[in-house]
This record gives sequence, C-alpha cells and structure tokens, in this order.
Amino acid sequence: MAKRVTIFVTCIVDQLFPNAGMAMASVLEQLGYEVDFPEAQTCCGQPAFNTGYRDEARTVALHTMKVLKGAEYVIVPSGSCTSMISHHYHDLFPKDSPEYHEAEELSHRVYEFSKFLTDVAKVEDFGANYDGVVTFHDACHGLRDLKVKDGPRRMLANVKGLELREHDTCEECCGFGGTFSVKFAELSGHMVRTKLDSIVRSGADTVAAVDCSCLMQIQGAISRAGLPIKTKHLAEILASR
Amino acid sequence: MTTVFDEKIHSTLGDSRLQLAIYKATGRLMENRKKVVADDVLPDYQELRQQAHEIKRHAINHLDYYLEEFERNVQARGGVVHWCRDGQEVADVVLSIAKRRKTGTIIKSKSMATEEIELNERLEHHGLESVESDLGEYILQLNHEKPYHIVAPALHLTRYDVADIFTKHLGLEREVVIEKQTKIARNIMRDKFLEAGIGISGANFLVADSGAVVLVENEGNARLSTTAPKVHIAVAGIEKIIPRAQDLATMLKVLGRSATGQPLTVYTSFLSSVRRENEVDGPEEFHVILLDNGRTKVLANESKRESLFCIRCGACLNHCPVYRKIGGHSFPWVYSGPIGAIITPQFHGVENQPKLAFASSLCGACGEVCPVKIDIPKVLLELRADAKEKEKEVASNQLERAAFQVFAYIASRPKLWRRLTGLAGTFNPMGKQANGMAKVPGFMKLGPLQEWLSERDLAPVAPKSFRTMWKERKG
Repeated sequence: MAKRVTIFVTCIVDQLFPNAGMAMASVLEQLGYEVDFPEAQTCCGQPAFNTGYRDEARTVALHTMKVLKGAEYVIVPSGSCTSMISHHYHDLFPKDSPEYHEAEELSHRVYEFSKFLTDVAKVEDFGANYDGVVTFHDACHGLRDLKVKDGPRRMLANVKGLELREHDTCEECCGFGGTFSVKFAELSGHMVRTKLDSIVRSGADTVAAVDCSCLMQIQGAISRAGLPIKTKHLAEILASR
Repeated sequence: MTTVFDEKIHSTLGDSRLQLAIYKATGRLMENRKKVVADDVLPDYQELRQQAHEIKRHAINHLDYYLEEFERNVQARGGVVHWCRDGQEVADVVLSIAKRRKTGTIIKSKSMATEEIELNERLEHHGLESVESDLGEYILQLNHEKPYHIVAPALHLTRYDVADIFTKHLGLEREVVIEKQTKIARNIMRDKFLEAGIGISGANFLVADSGAVVLVENEGNARLSTTAPKVHIAVAGIEKIIPRAQDLATMLKVLGRSATGQPLTVYTSFLSSVRRENEVDGPEEFHVILLDNGRTKVLANESKRESLFCIRCGACLNHCPVYRKIGGHSFPWVYSGPIGAIITPQFHGVENQPKLAFASSLCGACGEVCPVKIDIPKVLLELRADAKEKEKEVASNQLERAAFQVFAYIASRPKLWRRLTGLAGTFNPMGKQANGMAKVPGFMKLGPLQEWLSERDLAPVAPKSFRTMWKERKG
C-alpha cells in the first residue's frame, strides 16, 4: 500500500501560488506517496506570532495542531511556515503543558518539502526537464532553522536542460519578513533590490526558492523593475516535463 | 506615526555615498570572518562557539559570585574596585580621582561602556579634557559623533570625510593619504599620552580568578593608555566577567575572529595590578569600575538574560541586512544592529523603544554568526510580544490588534476561512497588468497594501485556489 503523506500548503500557496502546491503534490505522487490534504487547514499563525500577537498566534497554532494530529508526515512548501510549526509552536505554551508536548511531538513530523525529499524519500532526481538558467535563493528560515542548503541545488542540478548558477548574495535575506515588508516598506524595498541586482548579475532567467513568500517579494520587485526574470517554487521546476 | 527612527532610516537609505561605504566596509568584515572560521581552517569552530556560550551562560548565571571573586583578587594586588549604578556614579569616581591626582587631562582607549554613559561629555562638563586615543574614536570625537559600529566606530567615513574633519577641527591642510592622516593623529596623541594623569580603558573581559582586566586591540593605544599615565581606570559592564583565565583560550579565539577576522588581535593586554617593585612601567593606581546601568534589570529576566552574553564583536552588525542598509546612526543608542535592537529596549524600556524590535526581517543571520550563540531572533520575537502587551495596556495601535484578532478568529474556523478566502478569489476587484501581476484599483491603495505597492508589485490572487484545484482534480 502506498505510504500516506499529509500536505500543509500554507495560506499563501493556497491563495496566490496554487501551482506550487499542485506541483509539490505531483512530485510526491510521482514517488508513490498517497497525498492527503486536510480541508480544515488554514494558516500556521506566523503573521501574528512575528508581529508579537502571541494570544492570536496560539489560537491559530492550536487549530493547526488539531488539523495535523495523527499525520505521519506533514509536508510544507515553505521553510518559514515549517519553522513556525517545528521551532516556535512550543514557545506558545507553558513548558510541560500538554500543548507544549503536543507541539514538540508535531515538530518531529513536519518537513519542509525539499527536506522531506532528501531526508525521508531520499530521492533527488525526478526526471524533470526545465529549459533555463536557474539561480537558487536560500530562504532564511529554511537555510538557518532547517539547514536546507545543498539538497535543492542537487535536485536542480539533476534537471535536464537546466543550468544552475549561483547569485553572490544567495544567503542574504530578500527583505520580505512578513509584516516587516509593510512596516518598513522602504527598507524592505532596498533589501530586495540588492538581492535583485545580484540575481541580474548572475545572468539567471529564473529564481527558485522553497518559500513562496520570498518569491512574492522578489517577483514584485522584478515586475516593478520590468525585468524578464521568472520566479518558481522548487516543486514547480521538479514537476516540469 | 513617523518617528525619528523612521526619518533616520529614510535619510540613510537615500544617501548613496553612505550606502556604498556601509555595504563595502561590512562586506569586508564578513569576508574576513568567513576566512578564519571556515571548516578547513578551524574545524572545531562550532564547538568553540558552544563552549563560549556555556562559559558566558555560567558566568552570567553566577554573576554575583564571580564579581565578588574578581573584586577580592583585584584588591589582593593593590587595586580598587568601584561598584557604580549609572553614569553619574562613574563620573563621580573619576572626578574624585582626578581631583586627588590634580590632573586635568585624561587619555582614553576605546570603550563602549564609556560611550554608553557618555563619560567624555560628563567629564568635559567638569572641565576635564578626555581624549580618545583609538583612531576611529578620535575622529568621531573631533566631529562630535557617536560610534557608527561597535568595533569599527568610524566605519561610515571615507578618508575624504576624515580629511574634511581634520581640516575643519584641527585647522590643518587637507590630507587624504591614510598613512599621513594616521601620523597627524599620532603626533597629537603622543603629547596627550605624556600629559595625561589618568588613562581610562574599557574591558573586553574581567577574569574572576585572577582579578585581571583583558583588553584586545590593534593600535597599541589601549596598552599605552593603561600603562603610561600614573592612574589606570577600567570601566566595565558587569557582564564582562568570565570565571577563569583559562576561559580566555576560548573567548579570545572567537572574539578576534568574529570581530575583524583576526585569529588574535595585534595586542592582547592582561592588566591586573599597579606597578610592582622592580617593574619599569605601569600605573601607581589601578581602579576597576563595575557598571550596572540597567544590566541587573536584564539579568532579572530569565528568558532574555542571554542578551548579556554579548562580547561586543560586532559580527551581528556586519551580517545584518538591515544594519547594512540603515547603518549605525539610525539606531537610538550607541549599540546598533541586532544586538542594539535587543538590548536597547531592555535597558530603556520597551515602551520607549516600541519600533526597534520590529525593524528586522528575522532572517537569523545575526544568531548564525554570534560567537556566544545569543539567539537574537528569539529575543527580538519576545520583545515584539512585550511591545504588543504594552500597547494593549495603554490601548494603542487598536486597529492592528483588531485585525489580528479577526485573523485568529477566522483562521481557527475552517468553514469561515474557506468561505472568506473563496470570496477573495471570486470577487477580486483587482485587474491584471500585462505581465500578469495585480493591477490594484486606487480605492484599495490604503494601509499595508499601499506600503507594499510603494516598493514593489503585487502577485495576483489566483483565480482558483489550491483548495479548489485539489477538489476538482480529485473529482
């Protein structure tokens, strides 16, 4: 029987980048997993948590914990939302409360998409084809909290027709940072333009990442600058034929 | 509401010369560090960081014990320890020593603790001349500026700026060659070193088991400031304590590397007593001023106590994409960058610095390079929560709080969430640009959306959500 995995697609993928979610599901299905999408899922609560609203974040976290109860593997197309669940949920509850332990237990079951592929599925070649020069942006929480670094690059290197080219600020923040992007808009704009300059210098025609929120920020700056550069979630490239 | 903080950010972002200076200087410091902590150069660097973290954690958790041990050991060698609550008390100690020694000139080496309490200004107010001997600090003192960076105080100035400052304040002919500028400062300082009756230094470490003040530097001015004058006064925050001399084997290894990319700085001085019999130099009096100035308040808070582990290496500033854009002077206190963002609200009260902890994308670069592994992003998040609690108490920022309450209400009710997010797709009033990005009608350009659009375009809401696509596919 096919192994079951549960996807938590995140609110931003659900509403703005559904293709990234569909691509993630199709890569997982290609590996023989049966993909379950619990309908009751909403948001991980990170926007409230990062803005300092702990009570509100706790309400959302409790809901998400309920939705993900019993799922053997939870796979998320975002380093940031994964880290919210795996690294911060337990901070919302008093140490040694049942919720604290539940959050901690969940933290071991939740995987960022590429991390699941490298650590659990242990597959890095999906027979994908992508015609383009791709540069990979290390989304901060994926990189620093979850240590996502070489895995996606190895997967991209296996894609036929794809040339992987680093941009010199690949580990630098794109300047999104959730509400930071609107609370300090001008600063956030300067940060993403520094990132964009580096992407342009690399000569890539596509920016890939494991976080749609970074891609939303980078795509917004690309569009404003009128540049012919595409943004793609890693899953979209791995699912392309 | 636009604050001084916002205005300074805006003006720094708009200054392209300054932008380049900050970006280049911090970039150089990042490169330097990277070379000396690389796996092939120092394979156990991560273990060293962990060790440094444990040393500081132990020291801070037993601060009372080690400070008293330190005091006993300083006294045993003829030194004097002064416990000061704030800047005023520090100034009083220095003033009384100056009066007794009948000296009007003080030579200083670089110290963030003295910057923090504005010691120079306090002493000058009483007619004393206090001259900075660190080149960067000297330049800033001439120009009446605060340090731009914890380690590289004049990081924002180019040699042309320095030339202007020297011309303006020293009345000299314009000199743009760095070596010659250094010589000018050196010549002026030589006389001050000889003239000064007191030398004031900071302390990189206070070693409890040996009663020693440890200073690291590259210019030799700290060694001279502490040995040439008849009196040496070290001013140190109480958090500078480490238990044992042997801990320095770890601490010095991580400090120089993190700060400037040096395995060791050019000078490392261990100062633990007055001049002893048969010694040719060294001071007649050795004083250590232990400064609180808010540190015990930080200590009292267990979850944010680690903020006191900081050894002031400045690595978090260099690696911070925010500091690299807004620079040091945008920050409200002498401590800038990520470490400034976490300690300033704790020292001055979150309610007085409500925005500081929010000026971060939480990218985590600071925590990644911190040599004593302070979880800076975690502390930032806690300070954000504190700030929101304070706002709640005084009923400010009500609109934002209401928005997040509504968000939490909806996000914990899946049916309502589905219905409302479904509506967003169906009744989306936004059009589309030629490249597919959203075209936002004027009436929607308000609040956060307006802020977003001020800098970049917006991705459109998908005509079909993932939820819908999934359902359709499954049939």
